[in-house]
Amino acid sequence: MATIVLPAEVKKVSHNGHAGHGHHELSFVRKYLFSTDHKTIGKQFLFFSMFFLLVGGTLALVVRLQLGFPDHQSGFFQFFAKFFSLIFGKTNFDFNKDTGMYGMLDNFYNSAFTMHATFMIFFAVMPFLMGTFANFLIPLKIGAGDMAFPKLNMASFWVAVLAGLIMLTAFFVKGGAASGGWTGYPTLSAVPDFSGVIWGQNLWLISLLCSGISSLLGAINYITTVVNMRCPGMSWFRLPLSIWAIFITAILLLLAVPVLASALILLLFDRTIGTSFFIPTGLLSAGTVISGPGTAHAGGGQVLLWQHLFWFFGHPEVYIMILPAMGIASDVLSNFSRKPIFGYKAMVLAIAGIAVLGFFVWGHHMFQSGMNPLLGTTFMISTMLIAVPSAIKTFNWMGTIWGGNIRFTTSMLFAIGFVTMFVIGGLSGIFMASTPVDIFIHDTYFIVGHIHYVLFGGSIFSIFAGLYFWYPKMFGRMMNEKLGKIHFWTAFLSFNGVFFPMHILGIGGMMRRIYDYTQYPHLVRFQGMNAFMTICAFILGFSTLVFLFNFFWSMKKGKIADINPWQSNTLEWTVAYPIPHGNFPEMPHVFRGPYEYSAPDCPAGTDYYPQNMPPPGWGEAKA
Amino acid sequence: MSRPSGLKSTLKKLPGFLFAVIAFLAPAASFAVPAKSRYDHYWLPDANSTYAPKIDGMFNTILWITMTVFVLVELGILYFLFKYRHKPGRKATYTHGNNKLEIAWTIVPAVILVFLAIFSNSLWSEIRDPAKFPKDAPVIRIKPRQFQWDITYPGPDGKFDTPDDINTINQLYLAYNSPIQIKLQAQDVIHSFFVPEFRIKQDAVPGMQTAVWIQPTKMGDFNIACAELCGAQHYRMMGYVHIVTPDSLASWLKSQAPEAPAPAAPAVDTTKAK
Repeated sequence: MATIVLPAEVKKVSHNGHAGHGHHELSFVRKYLFSTDHKTIGKQFLFFSMFFLLVGGTLALVVRLQLGFPDHQSGFFQFFAKFFSLIFGKTNFDFNKDTGMYGMLDNFYNSAFTMHATFMIFFAVMPFLMGTFANFLIPLKIGAGDMAFPKLNMASFWVAVLAGLIMLTAFFVKGGAASGGWTGYPTLSAVPDFSGVIWGQNLWLISLLCSGISSLLGAINYITTVVNMRCPGMSWFRLPLSIWAIFITAILLLLAVPVLASALILLLFDRTIGTSFFIPTGLLSAGTVISGPGTAHAGGGQVLLWQHLFWFFGHPEVYIMILPAMGIASDVLSNFSRKPIFGYKAMVLAIAGIAVLGFFVWGHHMFQSGMNPLLGTTFMISTMLIAVPSAIKTFNWMGTIWGGNIRFTTSMLFAIGFVTMFVIGGLSGIFMASTPVDIFIHDTYFIVGHIHYVLFGGSIFSIFAGLYFWYPKMFGRMMNEKLGKIHFWTAFLSFNGVFFPMHILGIGGMMRRIYDYTQYPHLVRFQGMNAFMTICAFILGFSTLVFLFNFFWSMKKGKIADINPWQSNTLEWTVAYPIPHGNFPEMPHVFRGPYEYSAPDCPAGTDYYPQNMPPPGWGEAKA
Repeated sequence: MSRPSGLKSTLKKLPGFLFAVIAFLAPAASFAVPAKSRYDHYWLPDANSTYAPKIDGMFNTILWITMTVFVLVELGILYFLFKYRHKPGRKATYTHGNNKLEIAWTIVPAVILVFLAIFSNSLWSEIRDPAKFPKDAPVIRIKPRQFQWDITYPGPDGKFDTPDDINTINQLYLAYNSPIQIKLQAQDVIHSFFVPEFRIKQDAVPGMQTAVWIQPTKMGDFNIACAELCGAQHYRMMGYVHIVTPDSLASWLKSQAPEAPAPAAPAVDTTKAK
């Protein structure tokens, strides 16, 4: 049962109070909309990410619908095409009034996968990890009252909202949303003649710029907070790995995002004010030269410059999306194994190693781009090396569950799912790192399979693990375990049903980003497999609805949570829900690391030793 | 207090977990769909160039290594999950790690990966190092654009942009078992020249030239695919490679030779019609 020991008046304040100090009363707007409380902002990011997870997921199903049934004839296709046409409009689904049949426009398909990736990366996974968890956890876990810059924090969220709205608008402008892939390679993205997309691409660029500003504001805040606001006793090597991961990720963001921003601005200039950073001389459109002296575009630009800038950001970005997930999984695995994390310092070093090496591997996206083949050698070696810290982490997770006393909660299942799926995503990466093998599998479904094992099986499974784990601290109630397990098993099975066959498609030579692969004789054979994957994708989508139902239902009907339902050691579990503004009634003091589970000196009858619990005789010795 | 699951429910879950791993084999179900083309297997396409079997060899080496690691790691995790599941009275082992193990599992993967990098690199330079391109291989120029492959043979004088150039669209004829160099340059957006059976893929970039070589080892017709998203009809950008005897190539080239000196005008772009 709940044992609420701390003042709970914050929740029940009237809506018009203006007090000068402490837990003063706030208006509705200040409390729920323009809040500066990191916990509220964390929750705002949570709902924001969940909304865009749904948007991105819907687009994924649009993509899979086309790939599963490229002839548009089956009832399955017609049923769901009709459904999606209600969202995206009948024109995009090529509705034929005479026959009553739906199809799908090729350019809409291209927009769908472009926007799917964009939403998932920039508006779901990143804000989940570096918005929701970073905001909610940093102050609570390091024993701080709030972020270092609460107003910047608030700005970070509202700029993200602005970015999201701009990105959504792109669907409703003439020419449709961006359709050049989430990597936005020029010249397809730079010259509207080539794609037919006009404002869609501009809005994409502006929105990502806003999203980048949001990330930077967050990153500065997180770094400052972790460096300066750790409570007494919270030394660097007593930080939970989730905080280490978020801290290092914030540094990555700070270094990588400005590079993306510069590239976005240059491309936006190319599209709007006539520069030619990425537009070479002599481009032909419908038989006419359109770049160079005397034409619309000045020319003289370099196409590969974009790829270098984009991937200089883009590869650290991949680690931005996996490092915090690794941190969360580490916390969860240690807790439910009732064991200290295996090789804590090795884990920290591995995170740092991945972060540093992450800046030297971008060229592995460009092995077939026309980049000097000698650079291929350099980037292959750095890419092979970055697999080492990932391997270290995996082995340490195995070491953590070894000899444990494992509790199979939903959160733990997702953390285990994370490790097992990350192993697949990591190992498949080695194929691409090998330059000659990459010649064949580059730009095939093998890559799509790889990225989804890392980003979905990796990041999103870990996000689910984190949400089931910290839900009690966020909403004061437990999520339903039975529904949680249904969610896990349907998600885990259907996830593998969708994404594992992608490796086989890639090995069979199926290119990615292809609207109708049945044009190619060597790909016709894959139609059955694609249909199977599409059905699995819809089951996966359904499993997310189970999660959402559980999430919202538990807010009202879930079991009231104890102050520390998972018997965890870290500081966030020492304050009861609802956690007041300022978090800790008095400054906590930390005496030990975060993973002292099953330690011999644990308080009698328990198998955990909270970070803030004074060792026996501490007060006396001091006195 | 919320109680974590006990032994009974854990045992109930384990078969499910095993099943989940077996579910990796689920795609096997879709193998049952009868093949509708001459491509009747679900693995790498036939290897029909000189370096294709070498790339496949590298692929298989990595596959064996990663499969072994995959099986050991996943089985290890499953075993630990089963062996160390929660039981009343169990006490977890209190340990913070083991430095010898850390060193071992740092060095072993590092050695394997460096070994893979070295092996990969010798093959990479064999295929891609411009200094190692086959000497005296004839040169063909391909300038793709939305959504077709404009192919140019230099003609008898061996030079491009001369009146005797031979231009074709989407139809590439190559001589059996002779090396050929292909110079790629896109006219509008990035395209990528991909022939699965030859294990060749190279982006064609506007504003710069890239070069690759191949030596086909099988007669017959193959498809050129565009592997880089290049616009709305990217998916239709298919070309054909015909591998013929050197004699038939010579006679085909002769039949294609321009009768009178004419500007090498690309054919009318039909793909914009839609």
